[in-house]
Amino acid sequence: MECINAKFVSQKVSKTRWRPVPTGSLHPPDVFATGSWDNEDNKVSLWSIGEHGVSHMEDEFEGDPQLLCEYKHNGDVLDLHFLDQERIVTASSTGAVTIFRHHPNSQTLSVAQAWDKAHRFPCDNAPCTGLVCNSPEIVTVGEDGRVILFRADHKVPLRTIDNADSSTIHAVTFLRTTEVLTVNSIGQLKLWDFRQQGSDPSQILSLTGERVPLHCVDRHPNQQHIVATGGQDGMLCMWDVRQGSMPLSLMEAHSAEMWEVHFHPTNTDHLFTCSEDGSLLHWESSTNSSMPSFLQGGRNTSVMSRSAVHPAGGNQSLMSAWLGGDSSKGHLETTHMLPSQTLSVNSLDVIGQCLAGNEIGSLADVPV
Amino acid sequence: MEEVDVEPTTTLIPGIDYTQKHMGFVWGPGDILVYETKYKPTGAASALQGCPFVHLVRKDEDIYSPVLRKLFNESHHIFVGLQKINEDVPSKNKKAQFASISKNYRSVIRACMEELQQIAVSTRDTTLATKHGNQVSVLLAVELIWNLCEVLFIEAAPAGALLLHLLDWVRLHKADVDERARDVLQSESPTEHPAYWDMAISYVLQGRMDEARQVLAKQASVQPAARSMFKLLDSLLMKMPVYSPGGTQTLTEFDVKWRHWHEECNRCLQDSSFTSNRHLEAICKILVGDEDTLLEHKELLGTWYHFLVTRLLFSHPTVKPTELHYYAQSSLDMFLDSHGVPEPLDSILLAAFEFDIHQVIKDCSIALNNWWFVAHLTDLLDHCKLLQSHNLHFGSNLREFLLLEYASGLFTHHSLWQLAVDYFDHCPEFGRVYLELQIERVPLDTEHKALKVLRICEQRQMAEQVRSICKIMAKKALRNNRLGSALSWSIRAKDAAFATLISERFLQDYCTHGTFSDLDLIDNLGPAMLLSDRLTFLGALPWANQRVVWGQYREFHKLYGENRFSEAATLLLSLMTAKIAPQSFWMTLLTDALPLLEQRQVIFSADQTYELMHCLEELIAGKTPPNPDHPVQDEDIEATKIELLRLALSRNLALAIVKEGTVDV
Repeated sequence: MECINAKFVSQKVSKTRWRPVPTGSLHPPDVFATGSWDNEDNKVSLWSIGEHGVSHMEDEFEGDPQLLCEYKHNGDVLDLHFLDQERIVTASSTGAVTIFRHHPNSQTLSVAQAWDKAHRFPCDNAPCTGLVCNSPEIVTVGEDGRVILFRADHKVPLRTIDNADSSTIHAVTFLRTTEVLTVNSIGQLKLWDFRQQGSDPSQILSLTGERVPLHCVDRHPNQQHIVATGGQDGMLCMWDVRQGSMPLSLMEAHSAEMWEVHFHPTNTDHLFTCSEDGSLLHWESSTNSSMPSFLQGGRNTSVMSRSAVHPAGGNQSLMSAWLGGDSSKGHLETTHMLPSQTLSVNSLDVIGQCLAGNEIGSLADVPV
Repeated sequence: MEEVDVEPTTTLIPGIDYTQKHMGFVWGPGDILVYETKYKPTGAASALQGCPFVHLVRKDEDIYSPVLRKLFNESHHIFVGLQKINEDVPSKNKKAQFASISKNYRSVIRACMEELQQIAVSTRDTTLATKHGNQVSVLLAVELIWNLCEVLFIEAAPAGALLLHLLDWVRLHKADVDERARDVLQSESPTEHPAYWDMAISYVLQGRMDEARQVLAKQASVQPAARSMFKLLDSLLMKMPVYSPGGTQTLTEFDVKWRHWHEECNRCLQDSSFTSNRHLEAICKILVGDEDTLLEHKELLGTWYHFLVTRLLFSHPTVKPTELHYYAQSSLDMFLDSHGVPEPLDSILLAAFEFDIHQVIKDCSIALNNWWFVAHLTDLLDHCKLLQSHNLHFGSNLREFLLLEYASGLFTHHSLWQLAVDYFDHCPEFGRVYLELQIERVPLDTEHKALKVLRICEQRQMAEQVRSICKIMAKKALRNNRLGSALSWSIRAKDAAFATLISERFLQDYCTHGTFSDLDLIDNLGPAMLLSDRLTFLGALPWANQRVVWGQYREFHKLYGENRFSEAATLLLSLMTAKIAPQSFWMTLLTDALPLLEQRQVIFSADQTYELMHCLEELIAGKTPPNPDHPVQDEDIEATKIELLRLALSRNLALAIVKEGTVDV
């Protein structure tokens, strides 16, 4: 809250991602990529904060992001991920999936590989709405209801599930190496196992009776069966894909569409969400005891507690604190991380100890 | 018609010869479309080649500048903050708040100016550099005007404090004094520098006495002979009284003190104390407010308003706001002499000094090529309750008119349109109508964007627009054969008619393919959905019916799949007899009954079989005579189906009668 670095870029930022740090590195990430949307010319840009070699005494804007390089992107960037240290994959509103390569020596970006019209309609372009990487594999989803499995350096997709969904798929995440989870615009979570043939999901989870579109999904970094989703009503849902087809807890988070949800990759008691309502929330829960405890501190705090479904059986001690979102004992502390905004916070990312959401919120062209 | 204030400029459109051709045009919110018309003067038989182009004429280019986007975005944030200032805040605190908001606006202008300046300097492209240079000068003027309006209207400082504010204003906009001073002071021997005296006098002209004394002290140290003279001037400069608004001193006390000092300066001049050094004499003449001496330093003053402020500083430091315009006008006349012609900026500033706010806004609207400045300034002044209700011949008040114009311009921009929404929200009279008309015209390339637009509409209960946007998306989905998405959109729009249409497509699909596509969706509609739909659409029964058909038809398939034949049979029959299903669908239903009729055990009772037969005959009776366009093949299939059905029905009837007539022993 104290140190928010804001950078104004003259474009509407749709996605922002930290470049992953090399394994074993103790440095916090210092390079991130952004994708823009709704501009006449959209771009993928790479930014750097605080070059370590530069003396900090002179530089009064320490930590101010500096543009490293950018490349024109055809269509809106609807999703963006780092495949590895040097490659970025983007999902475009034209339906294309593109891999960009960053050349650190010359500080340039180039197109390494592109699958044009990977997602398509008979008449129009079908936007590719989401993607997830597990190098070298890339899974993309789109408004055309397709799930496509690509492998970098392979021209032809490894697998295409044509009628995976009758409505738009908004996001996808890996559960295991062969399993992905998608969320769609009628409030369903579908589990796909690439080992199985056919175009049927291995499991469908949904909120009974409600058809609230889901916009984002993230898997718990350590417990692969725990999944967080966020939807159009701004509600945060926690699911256990092993148990039943109902969410384990529901928490009121935002007053409008939740665009992204991310667990902290190492500090898994922390979760971050951002929304169309212009807020970026930091959620904390505690696992030291079987009972989640209050965490003190933080301004603008409010305690969220909302009805939830009890986990049916299961080993309580193994349960993550996230699943105990039960009104009697499950309390979560949430903190607003950005000063009040009226325009949407489209994207956030979190790696290591740094929270990119800070910059990103204001990095956006008055974050949109 | 009212007279025009300035002669409109002529823009020539390349490719259209206006002496020969006629042009048509259409107004857009920001741009104009111009095209050549087919009009031919009577008798002119010459076949003039029509021009195939439509020209887009744009008045405002600034909106497309990446640097100026910051101005639009940041000022939007300030604007929204200003609208939230509570009515209950005591007016005294409010004034401070308004002043700080005004400063925020100005700092955004300054930030953009600096960025543009940097780009203009660093770019090699000369046309681009000139363009940026021009933008900088426009922003500079804008900031100058805004700052003066802030001093005069928002701060509304009383006599005494007014001059201090004006001095700050002049100092801020004549920053080259400091630059020059740095050059001089960093040179090897500052006192020998050709610009040394200019620097010293500039400081005095801006009333920066401490700096002037420091600079003069350097000269004094190298001229020991003139020491006493320097010392005298130094004491004059030091003793010059400065009014401090927060202090205990009253304005009258200050005035008395100042007169004493003024007389002392005059005495020194009459004593000829400074005659041996013309520079020192000039400074002393400036101190007594000698107008001729001031005008001799035109180059250093630069502008007539600097002259005005300096003149006030040394001759009327307790000037009242109401007296300003007199001095302003005379300063302008004196400064321009007879050769200069006042520029638009001059008349705008003059109007401000005359406290004619409306004239300022009017002149700015004419001089500047976009509405950013006038819209925001007018809004701020309106919040300060400085604008009397000004009658316009059109629309609502001035504030709203300007905001609407500005926001409409924003809305035409491919990515700034979201900002405009908040401006429309704060236009009580016509904002809503404008928003309604504009929002429907946002191009929707992706669902992501559609969702953002929908959120804007839903937050404002714009049901009509929600329906229209959903319909656009549903249509698009339907065109691409995405029935599931199409249905989702029409459900979101609560559009019964369109949902009915899509439902029929679903049924058609079933009739042709024999399987339901998009089962995941249909199953997910859920019983709760049906219920809520009925509640929502009491008046839209046909659609609700359709949904029942589906639900029940799906139910039938489920029952059949689970081998619960008799329940399935009852359900199937009820779909027809209760006239839930449309007749066009009966043949499919009857065909579905075939396997049930062919089961070894009797499923349909005799009565039920009669009813089925009745349905079949009704269907055949209702059939139109064979269509000659229809392929004969289809007719054949149809005929075979009917024959098969009749056979199965009669066999079943026989079995049922036998079974029902048999008494179980």
